Amino acid sequence: MATAPPLPINVELPALEETPPRQLGRWRRLPLKAKAGVVLLGFFVLVAIIGPLVAPYDPGFQNPSPALSMAAPSAAHLLGTTQSGQDVLSQLLSGIRLTLELALLVGVIAGALSVIVGVASAFLGGVWDELLSLLTNVFLVIPALPLLIVLLGYLPHTGQTATILVLALLGWPWGARVIRAQTLSIRNRDFIAASRESGERGWRIIAFEIVPNEVSLIAANFVNTVLYAIGASVALAFIGVTNLSSWSLGTMLYWAQSQQALQFGAWWWFVPPGLAVALMGTSLVLLNTGIDELGNPRLRDANQRARINGRRLLPTDPTPVLSATLPAGRQSPVMAFMRSFSRSAYVSDRAQRLSAPKPSEGQR
Amino acid sequence: MPFILRRLGFYVVAAWVALTVNFFLPRWVPGNAVEAIMSKFPSLQPAAYHALEAMLGVGNGGSIWHQYGSYLVDVLHLNFGISSSEYPAHVSTLLAQTIPWTLVLVGTATVIAFFLGTLLGILAGWRHGGWLERLLPGLMFLQAIPYFFLALLLLYLLAVNVHIFPMGQGYAGGLIPGWNWSFISSAFFHSLLPAFTIVITSVAGWMLQMRNVMITTIGEDYVLAAQAKGLRNRRVIFSYAARNALLPQLQGFGLALGFVVSGAIVMEIVFSYPGIGLLLLNSVTSDDYPLTQAIFLVITFAVLIANLIVDLVIVAVDPRVRTREAA
Amino acid sequence: MTTDLSGPVPVPAGQAGHGRFAGEPVLSIRDLSVVYRTMAGDVRAVDQVSMDLNAGEIVGLVGESGSGKSTLAYGATRLLRAPAVITGGSVLYQGRRMDTPIDVLQLSAGQLAGLRWQEIAIVFQSAMNALNPVMSVHNQLTDVIRTHLRVPRAEATEKAAGLLDMVGIPRTRLRSYPHELSGGMRQRIMIAMALATDPEVVIMDEPTTALDVVVQREILGQILELKDRLGFAVLFITHDLSLLLELADRIAVMYAGELMEIGTATEIHHEPAHPYTKRLLHSFPALHGPRKELAGIPGTPPDLHSPPPGCPFLPRCTEGTDACSHIDVRLARVTSSADPEHMTACPFVLPDRPDAATSGSALSIRPSTEELTS
Repeated sequence: MATAPPLPINVELPALEETPPRQLGRWRRLPLKAKAGVVLLGFFVLVAIIGPLVAPYDPGFQNPSPALSMAAPSAAHLLGTTQSGQDVLSQLLSGIRLTLELALLVGVIAGALSVIVGVASAFLGGVWDELLSLLTNVFLVIPALPLLIVLLGYLPHTGQTATILVLALLGWPWGARVIRAQTLSIRNRDFIAASRESGERGWRIIAFEIVPNEVSLIAANFVNTVLYAIGASVALAFIGVTNLSSWSLGTMLYWAQSQQALQFGAWWWFVPPGLAVALMGTSLVLLNTGIDELGNPRLRDANQRARINGRRLLPTDPTPVLSATLPAGRQSPVMAFMRSFSRSAYVSDRAQRLSAPKPSEGQR
Repeated sequence: MPFILRRLGFYVVAAWVALTVNFFLPRWVPGNAVEAIMSKFPSLQPAAYHALEAMLGVGNGGSIWHQYGSYLVDVLHLNFGISSSEYPAHVSTLLAQTIPWTLVLVGTATVIAFFLGTLLGILAGWRHGGWLERLLPGLMFLQAIPYFFLALLLLYLLAVNVHIFPMGQGYAGGLIPGWNWSFISSAFFHSLLPAFTIVITSVAGWMLQMRNVMITTIGEDYVLAAQAKGLRNRRVIFSYAARNALLPQLQGFGLALGFVVSGAIVMEIVFSYPGIGLLLLNSVTSDDYPLTQAIFLVITFAVLIANLIVDLVIVAVDPRVRTREAA
Repeated sequence: MTTDLSGPVPVPAGQAGHGRFAGEPVLSIRDLSVVYRTMAGDVRAVDQVSMDLNAGEIVGLVGESGSGKSTLAYGATRLLRAPAVITGGSVLYQGRRMDTPIDVLQLSAGQLAGLRWQEIAIVFQSAMNALNPVMSVHNQLTDVIRTHLRVPRAEATEKAAGLLDMVGIPRTRLRSYPHELSGGMRQRIMIAMALATDPEVVIMDEPTTALDVVVQREILGQILELKDRLGFAVLFITHDLSLLLELADRIAVMYAGELMEIGTATEIHHEPAHPYTKRLLHSFPALHGPRKELAGIPGTPPDLHSPPPGCPFLPRCTEGTDACSHIDVRLARVTSSADPEHMTACPFVLPDRPDAATSGSALSIRPSTEELTS
């Protein structure tokens, strides 16, 4: 069957910078930031679990020997010692576990509270919504740290449990507000109305239609709450409000500050706990950004676009035209010379030549 | 205008909640705490003793509502009682000495950080995928560092090891506070490192937030329309995209003020800066409840007022807010 | 020799329409192809589409969602954002102020900015989204006037007021913000804004889709009246064919990124030359005439990631055969039509043409294509 010669429908486009196969596993498709965050967080969770078991010394064990007071890192004490001869590494390991434990618990409790309040407020509407929103906003606007200090200051015991409860008490408003907004917008969508019409009971609608649509929001909220809990608990311990007998990271910093580790140059005392806090926080922020990008298509698209194009395009740049020659002056001679060595330039130049209109084109 | 009135009403409610929590808390806790407070005061004049009793609800100074009323009146007159750690100084005197330091340092640094962060965020959002993006992981790290830890590090590196900056304090020892050049220059010099710390830790947050909002805003139709109109790039970026992106950014600023202030206060402790933070540390470690309470109230009120100012700015910038309430 | 468009384009005194007659093409799209480069592969959003827009006429561009009609219009003005890339063709524009046509695809960013709005303006679909919510109407009208016409503020304000008069909106509305106006008012302001610098071509991207029918009527009436008065050409993009039958001079039908048929509105209405057009015509009821059975078009448009070979409409076409999947679908003249420019992409409606698969050269191939294949 003789056919006309195939018309050149396809322009040979230069290869994409990254062309992963279309069937990517869910893990591979996650943005890099999220993966880094998960790995880092996983590392800390591991340390939290096995750390205190492999700690060389008891964190509170004081060694009266003056040679070991604020001693620099050595073979015996990998991270040096404190003023009273305690091993910094052991304190660090125990501190990571305590801090992470506390933060995760606060995250769960406050997270659950914020989901309950947020969904209830949006779903019930009316007076309940007004009251709950008012409560949420009041606790949002009152600065958390001073209030925490006052609350903890009056409690007779300020151990781990008390701290967890108080932190959770002040940790839910942020998430509640966000979840309420999302629930409101979902509630007004058609498929909810359809469920209502078909007679589904309220709690079933909430559990099976609304909440599953908010999973990424709830996850992001959980991560945020954990972040807040870490920061707040460390800050509270640093000020000296919480119980000083347990070895959390904040407590380490408190003692380092009050024993003037800084002035004595004992960096091994305050740098490791601070760094641990910072790294844990960073892993959470990375994770959050990754979840953000998964949920917000514009952020994700923007990232992909930024990566796909060979050149970085500004939003106001006109749509690039492959078959057109570059207007004069766009590339300096030096850049053109250097570019002539690159393979991608060769490929795209070849493509341009293949698809370039003949000289007679362009006139009518 | 109605919008502002509603916000004002809300802040009054929030302030009232703070006051009430402050008032009822010592009364809800088992009696031991109160007596412990009382025992910290070495020797009181009878009048002051009664005043303290009234404030803490000890004894029978009238019905609880009577006490509540007089408590509120006291607060309105800025009478917060007497400090037990700095006895016999009045709490309000101590506050008056320290608030200006904190206000100048934290206020100025926060505003600078916000402007800088927002500007960088606009750039980063516009030039998406540019070199600013490579800074992002570093910025996220910065955002996650507790304020006071960065302060410790900077102090260690720049003051202890290398004596560029002073080791702390608000001004060089031996100087007398006053409006003279040597004092002011010394105070300024001493505030550089703390201000620097605040700016560095908070810029990252503002920049990231503005970048995300900008990216979303750039996808809006009116930015494309502005492009289609053939307007200059500068106008498209600032008058069309950034001006709209600024609104969520401002709202975020209002919400984040509480955190900023909290972090800055703790950071003051590291620098031994004579602001409210240091006062707070002293009052907490010496269990000076009147002072602690008062500091909490002052900080809360400051944040509420700052929020009100931000709301005023939002009204000025967003025309939709004005008419929405009037409709 | 191309015209310098970096500044305002001067109209030679007393030479309106110099070198050109009304009815000559003012915008000429030739073999335009647009590709979206995504992580999942390249998507051919527009595949070698050619069409002309003559001075003072209304050309309707109709198609389903995803047919590429908006992409075509925005691509022709290079307003598409990443990851869109134009991979071929040319877009020749010659306004009445210009001597020779210029290729929009060859312009630099600066030259394009001069071309935009002054020569080719766009009326967007949803005025609520396309108007800047924090800028007053006055500012949004005057900033484009001052950018292109370089006139002082007072004069720009006066011009803006004049524009509002033209579309029938009270002058006091200059101070208003978009959210304070009704939907119809906003759309009229969009139209006024588009005409602010007296363009030659106005692209209207579904301008009345978001409005109710009564307001729709008013707006369309307004558009026609303004077009007669100011003499601009309109490219009217919509998914509503019934609207175009009344409004447009010529109609182009797009499907899956390719042009299926193009011809005058009368011919398209009474003698459609493509199965897709026929199905579209049967999809809406007529107000008069005999009752006919309403039929939709079962099926969905093809996935543009991996387009099937041959005619894209084949899976949903009732008149297709196996041969349709082997042909290269390109426009050819409908010889039986009263309209000499009536083109179609379907070989079956051309009664005097043998099977396209066996004699490809019988397809009336356009000269440009012939040159490309050599």
